[in-house]
Amino acid sequence: MTDWRSEARLRDERIAAGRAYADGKVVPATRAVALLEAVLRPGDRVCLEGDNQKQADCLARALAACDPGMVHDLHMVQSGIVLPEHLDVFETGIARRLDYSYSGPQGGRIARMLYGGQIALGAVHTYLELFARYFMDLTPNVALIAGVSADREGNLYTGPNTEDTPTVVEATAFKNGVVIAQVNEIVERVPRVDIPGDRIDFVVAADKPFYVEPLFTRDPAAMTETQVLMAMMAIKGIYAEYGIRRLNHGIGFGTAAIELLLPTYGERLGLKGRIATHWALNPHPTLIPAIESGWVQQVHCFGSEVGMDRYIRERPDVFFTGRDGSLRSNRAFCQTAGLYACDLFIGSTLQIDLAGHSSTVTRDRVAGFGGAPNMGSDPHGRRHPSDTWMKAGHEAQGVGDPMLMRGRKLVVQLVETFGDKLVPTFVERLDALELARKTGLELAPVMIYGDDVTHIVTEEGIANLLLCRDADEREQAIRGVAGYTEIGRGRDRAKVEELRARGIVRRPEDLGIEPLDADRALLAAKSIKDLVHWSGGLYEPPAKFRNW
Amino acid sequence: MAAPLAAGTDPRALSWYEATARQRVAALADPGTFHEFLPPTERRMSPHLPLFDLPRAFDDGIVVGRARLDGKPVLVAAQEGRFMGGAFGEVHGAKLIGLLRAARDLRPAAVLILFDTGGVRLQEANAGETAIAEAMRAIAELRAAGVPVIGLIGGRAGAYGGGGLIAGTCSRLAVSEGGRISVSGPEVIETNRGAEEFDSRDRALVWRTMGGKHRRLIGGADAFAADTVAAFRAAALDLIGRAPAFDLATLEAEQARLEARIARFGDCRDATEIWARMGVNDPDAVPAMTTASFDETVARVAEAHHDAR
Amino acid sequence: MESLTFRHTTEKPLGGTAPSAITGVVASGNLEILLERVLPPDACEVAIETPIAGYGPVWEAVVADFVARAQPGGLRISINDGGARPDTVSLRLLQGARLMEA
Repeated sequence: MTDWRSEARLRDERIAAGRAYADGKVVPATRAVALLEAVLRPGDRVCLEGDNQKQADCLARALAACDPGMVHDLHMVQSGIVLPEHLDVFETGIARRLDYSYSGPQGGRIARMLYGGQIALGAVHTYLELFARYFMDLTPNVALIAGVSADREGNLYTGPNTEDTPTVVEATAFKNGVVIAQVNEIVERVPRVDIPGDRIDFVVAADKPFYVEPLFTRDPAAMTETQVLMAMMAIKGIYAEYGIRRLNHGIGFGTAAIELLLPTYGERLGLKGRIATHWALNPHPTLIPAIESGWVQQVHCFGSEVGMDRYIRERPDVFFTGRDGSLRSNRAFCQTAGLYACDLFIGSTLQIDLAGHSSTVTRDRVAGFGGAPNMGSDPHGRRHPSDTWMKAGHEAQGVGDPMLMRGRKLVVQLVETFGDKLVPTFVERLDALELARKTGLELAPVMIYGDDVTHIVTEEGIANLLLCRDADEREQAIRGVAGYTEIGRGRDRAKVEELRARGIVRRPEDLGIEPLDADRALLAAKSIKDLVHWSGGLYEPPAKFRNW
Repeated sequence: MAAPLAAGTDPRALSWYEATARQRVAALADPGTFHEFLPPTERRMSPHLPLFDLPRAFDDGIVVGRARLDGKPVLVAAQEGRFMGGAFGEVHGAKLIGLLRAARDLRPAAVLILFDTGGVRLQEANAGETAIAEAMRAIAELRAAGVPVIGLIGGRAGAYGGGGLIAGTCSRLAVSEGGRISVSGPEVIETNRGAEEFDSRDRALVWRTMGGKHRRLIGGADAFAADTVAAFRAAALDLIGRAPAFDLATLEAEQARLEARIARFGDCRDATEIWARMGVNDPDAVPAMTTASFDETVARVAEAHHDAR
Repeated sequence: MESLTFRHTTEKPLGGTAPSAITGVVASGNLEILLERVLPPDACEVAIETPIAGYGPVWEAVVADFVARAQPGGLRISINDGGARPDTVSLRLLQGARLMEA
């Protein structure tokens, strides 16, 4: 006779065991280890909330402190490997298997541990893929999440950094899982209910507030003339040309420079209201001048950003906020918006090869994918047209019945030809191939595939890959903007001039841009202090960005 | 020697913090009046840096020369804070000292020192330390001869180490919010005394302790300027007009001021406590204050208005 | 330190009357360029001091492209490099040429 309730029964047992350490649902931080040892079973699938920004650090420390004799061989399924504890659990045998998305801060250590065999890797995913698998074959048995505050019924306020939490809880709570939340404080009444209490089994009053890293703040004082020039080219050569209204900016100085040039250079070109109106974007401080100047209708956020809370509260017409006034972010929905509802992704990378494949992997570091492939890919499931999508689709199409054509999302790589320490961005062979070989990965970790890339913007110009008709044209178009790297110097000069005549390669002059006019004076804000002034004092930069 | 100014803006609206030494001097002086001594074409560079495989600068990171400021003849020295942190090397120091000694003969209306330095270059330590000492002596002799020496501090390197010491010998100092004046740097204090005593990564703390606003309030600087060349120019002209005499009375008044200061504030643990004791209405709000509000605050604080130096 | 010198012949002298100009600062990722109008009108010499060895071919290409574009006849150009990227070098050279044309 089939037992249809074994998972459900086990859930009830876990909760009963955990109740020994709780007062109702509430557990003090000092009993967190005991709680986990009671609730977890060897081999469990556990989601420990290591989001892109927010970290359930109290629960991470507690998990790392569990007795490996009681808690071992866990299968960790989590977005981010960020804290040292996220990898400590593999060293002690508490965890054995891993499926995740992003590991930027722990890139070196995770590479060593993968190579050394301490981690049995399932796969590295994009955020949206991992979330999708939470509902298929990677459903967590136990979720360890982080919120700002909870009441004694377990109603959770996750606040501006809501991020992944609703998605994790949805998958776990509704498939017989146990949800344990750490919060900064227990309150009488939460400012708003982000997660209803009947999905939360235990609430741990953490010993200190959960940690949030400022990831998206870029100091305008560090921006270079090169970045200003590339931003000018992107705005005139792509945003204006294709009429980009709905977009996502990847993280980095290059895109931050574009944000700061909208109120100045963009204004000069008469583009306000015609481009950059709707954003899937974390609340970048560098977007403040554009918002204040009336460029931005709406922004949906993956997460929040340190220092932006007060500003967001005062701009509810622009940002998604709750009735309590604070930001409501949601990574899963913002990723979906970036995938399907944006006409442009633009971001940076570390390496690009001659097919246009790009990767952020180096020989010794594994950063994972995060959300970039979701943003930086052409979604074949898209059906609704837009002017941008149709124009790009026509450029790519060439032949065939136009009524059966697909449109194309613009996927733009914005890179300087040389990176830090004069390491060339353009290479014959991606380091990702070497890393895959060393660590036994089935495929090389490519961030954005060449056939998804539509344009490459460097300080030398813009290459339009949509218009390339074969691999050879594509290669020469890439060489044609690869500057003085070995790849660039190896170009077929005659062929590149021909591509230039066809508009496939465009230099700043072809766009009517004089490189000497690329001046920091064009930046709407030249310092963090300027951003504070633009925000009317509402933006509160984190300590490390202050010089006052 | 032609050098670039920021494109398309009023030269005096230039951010002092952002500008290079050459841009500061060109915009500060009356237009077309700056004449450089030992310009880059002379190639008086460091004899030591190549030994360390370090690149040199044609002017060794300091621009010196003469100019007019509102028609008055002045001598000017401007440190380039982005070259080796503006630090003193042999040639760099010699150019400053040479300028100060020339001033004794030329008797300009003032000597302006545009500080932007972390102190002495490690690679040229002996020469750098000697230069600091000789510069301080030269300033004392110059002031005794009746020529005011005005320090302008607002660059990213601040005036640290030996630069802080030299600043201490000037007749008057003008400082902006971004500027800092001290001797030991934040990292050095933390290394020697621990992060509990001074967390160098807490930049708000660094600026409360050594930054322009605190220095102005506690009397370590005599004028506060907005971060523009125009503001520093106005401050320089004002300070030239009220530089103190360099005599025993001034030095005794300075001693008395410093003794009173440490008696009054010596047990404070943070600048906000000091500001509170000074009678500042909302000490926590000081760092965020605009220049206008800060000027009003300074006007009401006694310690900021003494004549001793 | 690596020293590089490139000599070129130009079709014409650089316009303008400025005898010398300087641009840039020796700092990480940046460079200082001194331009002097001291050579015969069809001659250009570029001398580079750089702490980063091994990029000779890149410097050669950057300088050649600059000379072809700006035709800086008569100029001796001296560079103190702080580890700048090639595009920054190109930019500073063009900035310098513009100052000399003033």
